[in-house]
Amino acid sequence: KQNAAAQKQAEPAVLQPTPQPKDDFQEELVVRPLHSGDIYASFQFRTLWETDFMRGNKVSHYRLFPKSLGQVISKFSVRELHISFTQGYWRTMQWGQPYLPSPPGAELWVWFQDSVTDVDATWKELTNVLSGIFCASLNFIDSTNTVQPSASFKPLGIGNVTDHRFLRYATLPREIVCTENLTPWKKLLPCGSKAGLAVLLKSEKLFHSSFHSQAVHIRPVCQDWQCKTTSWELRQTLNVVFDLHNSGQGKREWSLFKMFSRTLTEACPLASSSKIYIDITDNPEQFELSPATSLLSQAMVLGDRRTFSVYDLTQQDTFGSVRSLNLLIRWKSTEGDMLRPLLHAERYVAGYGLQTGEIHTLMYNHHPYRSFPVLLLDSVPWYLRLYIHTLTVTSKGKDNKPSYIHYQPSKDRVRPHLLEMLVQLPPNSVTEVTVQFERALLKWTEYTPDPNHGFYVGSSVISSLVPSTVAMDTNSTRERPLFSSFFPCKEESSYFVRVYTEPLLVNLPTPDFSMPYNVICLTCTVVAVGYGSLYNLLTRSFQIEEPSPGLAKRIANVIRKMRGVPPL
Amino acid sequence: MFLSERRRGQLAALSIAAVVIIVGVPLWWRTTETYRAWLPVSQIKELAKLQLQLSADVEVVFARGTVTPEQQKKVPLTQTQEEERAIDGDLIILFLILLIRNTKLESKFFSCHVLFLPEDTALRYSTQADLYLLAFQDVNVYIGQRRTALLRIGPQMRVGKTLEQLLAHLEPRIKQVLQVMSFSHNDITAALSDRVRFSPDNKESIADSMRAFKSSPGYEITFSLLNPDPKSHRLHWDIEGAVQTYIQPLLTKLSPVANFSIDSQTLYYTMLGVNPRFDTSRSAYTLNADSLAHVINPVEARLGSNAASSNPVLNFLLYVPDAQHSPLYIQGRKKQEVPSNAFHSPRWGGIMVYNVNGFYGSEPEFPVDINIDMAKVMGVFLAQLRLLLGVQSSTPPPGFLVARCGSTGLADWELDRLMWSRSVENVATATTTITSLAQLLDQIGNIVINDNIAQQVSSAVTSLQLAVAELEAGNLGFALQYSKEAILASEKAFFDPSLLHLLYFPDDQKFAIYIPLFLPMCVPILLSLLKIVSEARQRRREKQAKKD
Repeated sequence: KQNAAAQKQAEPAVLQPTPQPKDDFQEELVVRPLHSGDIYASFQFRTLWETDFMRGNKVSHYRLFPKSLGQVISKFSVRELHISFTQGYWRTMQWGQPYLPSPPGAELWVWFQDSVTDVDATWKELTNVLSGIFCASLNFIDSTNTVQPSASFKPLGIGNVTDHRFLRYATLPREIVCTENLTPWKKLLPCGSKAGLAVLLKSEKLFHSSFHSQAVHIRPVCQDWQCKTTSWELRQTLNVVFDLHNSGQGKREWSLFKMFSRTLTEACPLASSSKIYIDITDNPEQFELSPATSLLSQAMVLGDRRTFSVYDLTQQDTFGSVRSLNLLIRWKSTEGDMLRPLLHAERYVAGYGLQTGEIHTLMYNHHPYRSFPVLLLDSVPWYLRLYIHTLTVTSKGKDNKPSYIHYQPSKDRVRPHLLEMLVQLPPNSVTEVTVQFERALLKWTEYTPDPNHGFYVGSSVISSLVPSTVAMDTNSTRERPLFSSFFPCKEESSYFVRVYTEPLLVNLPTPDFSMPYNVICLTCTVVAVGYGSLYNLLTRSFQIEEPSPGLAKRIANVIRKMRGVPPL
Repeated sequence: MFLSERRRGQLAALSIAAVVIIVGVPLWWRTTETYRAWLPVSQIKELAKLQLQLSADVEVVFARGTVTPEQQKKVPLTQTQEEERAIDGDLIILFLILLIRNTKLESKFFSCHVLFLPEDTALRYSTQADLYLLAFQDVNVYIGQRRTALLRIGPQMRVGKTLEQLLAHLEPRIKQVLQVMSFSHNDITAALSDRVRFSPDNKESIADSMRAFKSSPGYEITFSLLNPDPKSHRLHWDIEGAVQTYIQPLLTKLSPVANFSIDSQTLYYTMLGVNPRFDTSRSAYTLNADSLAHVINPVEARLGSNAASSNPVLNFLLYVPDAQHSPLYIQGRKKQEVPSNAFHSPRWGGIMVYNVNGFYGSEPEFPVDINIDMAKVMGVFLAQLRLLLGVQSSTPPPGFLVARCGSTGLADWELDRLMWSRSVENVATATTTITSLAQLLDQIGNIVINDNIAQQVSSAVTSLQLAVAELEAGNLGFALQYSKEAILASEKAFFDPSLLHLLYFPDDQKFAIYIPLFLPMCVPILLSLLKIVSEARQRRREKQAKKD
């Protein structure tokens, strides 16, 4: 005991002014009850760090920002990195717009700093490293599925680099997302899954859902209004839609425990803000929320003013006397109408047979009286050979000439087709884009292990500034809920939306894979037969042979022999 | 003249057989052959039996009053000594070149200066900002920070001895000095630990040789602050300043050996894998030495690997126990307290437990802001870093005094020793890699050897030969450089993906595919050849019979 006391004495209590940390962590959960009875939960975790990764600056001491991602940024001179893993397809017409859109499978787009000389090599290396970090097959990203969009993917952070030489975009629509991708994603959080909102992220519930999407976005952002200081933002988002019948047992009654099989007991102690928002806009009197909260907040989200009930987890009284928060949301009635999303798109393959086909992309403008332009990006693998002369864009039965077309033809086994165009969508209309293609025959080693399943073609991306019904907030640095502050808003009258269509599944002509052996055997046999007869002709000598005596003669001879008479 | 029909058939069969054998078979062979570039097999075989010659120059200087001027003139200019050490078939010859002459003490690289001093001089001697002081009477040998050693000659050797006697007396002592300052037997064994099979009796030396990291062109040093209880402790550590003050000087000094990069991170909610036991007698928690092995695994899952490079990572963890398990002490094997409260794990890194309950004050209000005393922490980590990098100081023989390493944390001769062992280790590793690659390629005949692999192999062999030659000449810097190049080239060749590119079909399957072609083609040819031979034989027999 004395010893311990002595040890205590030996350690002087150093009383220095503690430096203000330059990093900040926020966490947030938004719950939006959907009209279909499903429920949408969106987690956002944001780490802001006032540091400089630019221009080869060596950053090596990390606190809240994960070291592995920091090293990736500095090693590969990344300016912006956006990666998402999604299982399931977001049903825009049933669910409305998501806070953060993402296509099925994996999507990765990266802006490099302009100091990078060999962008392709850096990109290749980066995808390999990221596939290690996220346990995903991003290493299958190569030149055949990478494109450089010229207009669709602008940097979301500061910096107005528009030279798309430094941009790379790739999707892997076939990627299957599961627990092994969630675990490394959770590891990037400062509190891990030990405290705060991340306690709810249990894979057995998250993957038992209709839609699951997790993403990491890294970008430089402004710290203040004048943008005097910049900082790096790491945003980790996770969106999940629980099914009414599957997870909710058909009852329109949701609770944190029912959704995640956990309740909340504390905020992450490192977080400067930790909040839960419940969207109660559509029918405030139809929900019953317990425990009730008096805190209400309004925010402009996706061109609409929404009202939220807010639970602040940093306040101890949120948890009540039981020291645990289990939010309960109960519908009183199923009345009410959903605001129809203004922009919506779908896509399908038409045609029959295994030689040609046609891709149809339908873009809906549901705005009653405003037309607006959209940017359509299509990246089609080289084995679907697009006939670009058959490209037609029609709306309301009339030809709709795109005002901008950027087309990069494919090269076999080298790069995919890239088609980008700016189309004006007339009010309350459907615009159809069709293009015909021919299916290529692959080499037998290029087929996937299950070729009869078909080949995936990534989603088309439709980016647009949609006219807003309410004035949007253009101040990017003002304190706002995280979910409403991702896409920068430049003007009050419109807001940015990105819509992804369904990925396509296309059958290619598939050979019988025992064919090579059969071909070898057949050719060898044909050659051998031909050779054999030729050989016989060349080497055999032909001579006339006495015809053999008939049967009667032979019998007669036998009898004659027995009689001792000379044969005939 | 008309050939008989029979003769014509025979000729046709023979010519077809000839065409098949002369054109068909070589054509088939050439088109199905795998490409194999030429490899310097004989040179690799020579390298497989590692023969290293290491040399160390020693300059011996007699201070005034130790020898008479006449004697000094008679001192031989050079004297070479050889020492042979065979380790498990690898022959290592250690050269000692004794240069005995009164030259100026210029800092010649890769040489040791041994200065002899009269026994009663008040030892104050300074050279290039090094101040040597032999204050104690029982110290006979002083080893300085640079490559200088001071030796005291006993009174019995002072007067009236011939030069031969003097030299004979000095020789074993110089050897002793050299044992400390240069490459000793243990170092060689450690450097060659991959190639040498250990006898079971010297377990201690195995442990020593396994502690340091393997030689690598670069290392990543990661300092992690583990805070399992962020609700009670708000920790602040000035890692940036501490690295600049304590670690960077050592690494700058070590820069000829390897590249280092340093980073740090803070990890929250990271628990040790072992529940510490509460010791009522000390009212503290203790971790037993036996359980330390289980501490690391759960922590390591959180540490994260280095995404940006493939160099080995040295982890240094500072663990601040949570408020409920505080204070926490590490207990040695004999239940005694470990004063530094730290331990290291061979080839992995070190962990230090930092108790903060002294900061609580009388009525702690959580969370408590705590500034970590970096001098104390870095002292421990620096010692562990030295051990893990293989800068181990073997205990000097009695009568020796080794200078305390200064601000850089590393004496010049220690650096030399490290470079020596790294070069030898690199040479050994690269040789093993190249030899096994050559063996593999020799055994599996249908691996394609591309030109770039052949080029890597030959450049590795060239670098190896150069490294061995430079070691022989005593140019440590170049030797290390070449040995690094050899390692890089050999690893590149060994792990080249093109070596695995082709699918390797077994030979019997390959022939099974060719049988539908070969069988129908060869059977008629063989049959007709047999027939021709048997007919020829019969004709000869008939001729013989006619003659008889």
